[in-house]
Amino acid sequence: MATSARTLINVPPKAKRGDVILIRSLISHVMENGFRIDNTGKPIPRNIITAMVCTYNGVEIFNATLHPAISANPFLTFYTVATESGTIAFKWTGDNGFEAKASAQITVE
Amino acid sequence: MTSLSGSRFAVLGSVLLGLAIFAIAAARAEIALEQRRSSYEHMSRDTKAMQDDDLTNPAMLSVLDGEALWNAKAGASGKSCADCHGDAKASMTGLAARYPAYDDVTGRPVNIEQRINLSRERDQKAAPFRYESAELLALTAYTALQSRGQPIAPPEDGRLAPFREKGKALFEQRIGQLNLSCAQCHDDNWGKSLAGNTIPQAHPTGYPIYRLEWQSVGSLQRRLRNCMTGVRAEPYAFGALEYVELELFLMWRARGMTMESPGVRP
Repeated sequence: MATSARTLINVPPKAKRGDVILIRSLISHVMENGFRIDNTGKPIPRNIITAMVCTYNGVEIFNATLHPAISANPFLTFYTVATESGTIAFKWTGDNGFEAKASAQITVE
Repeated sequence: MTSLSGSRFAVLGSVLLGLAIFAIAAARAEIALEQRRSSYEHMSRDTKAMQDDDLTNPAMLSVLDGEALWNAKAGASGKSCADCHGDAKASMTGLAARYPAYDDVTGRPVNIEQRINLSRERDQKAAPFRYESAELLALTAYTALQSRGQPIAPPEDGRLAPFREKGKALFEQRIGQLNLSCAQCHDDNWGKSLAGNTIPQAHPTGYPIYRLEWQSVGSLQRRLRNCMTGVRAEPYAFGALEYVELELFLMWRARGMTMESPGVRP
């Protein structure tokens, strides 16, 4: 499922210049922490998202490093200032070459 | 003299025993319709908020998978669910609120998961999904979402009655090393604490649910298995008729309550 992770992102479609806006993101991922064993006693290898980066018209505005203690389907939310119309893009990367992308448009008046 | 007082004690004893039985019988009564509440009511504010917003409810990720599967062609027929059923938003409305339903071919009640798999086998000519597989849960979640907000409405189908009765009996049957029935917790002691958790009334209003303890979406069947292992009973095999019978009774017990699928539970 590494290539077909589902994402749900929420960016206000419209905002006034200078507004503080709430950005929310949710992504499907098992976040297997690497400390568990399966029912035959074999360790289950770690498989987590390790980083999330958010850019606003190409400029990085938020990044996060994720660790094994973070629950499945990580939900990340933060605030930013609406400066100009354009694209807010998200990129998640992780173990086993995991990569997922999502983006949303915002119109700033 | 001694024998007389002895018989007096016997009479007193049987009266007390009678009262005790009466008290147990009174406590064993079903929950009054107006006292019923969804497990949602017992959740923390944070968990409620998680369910209330489709953007924070992780089960919605499964719903997205389900929507994709609904429109994907499968099996030898080369047909998708949508090719026959059209838009699920129209054709599946209210379905989850009235299931399980009677299947004429097999002559037994089936729940939504089984209904989906029957359709895959009979109509799509595809292999059935494994129980609790991501695909089956996704299609179930997508289907159940179309009944959200609707009242639970078990069908008036006489053929279901004996199975529902069996489900009621199973609900009241003591099982496992702890020798407990479902009813002893969920009818008699709901609202009280079991370790750190509030005992809910066990109404299946939000299935399939995203359970925080599981870190994933799961079916009612999985939840029932949890309770069975909790009382140290051996759970029935996946897909067993007993689960469907229990589900039939639970849906009847929750009749009129509002569907929340897909719910979030702690």
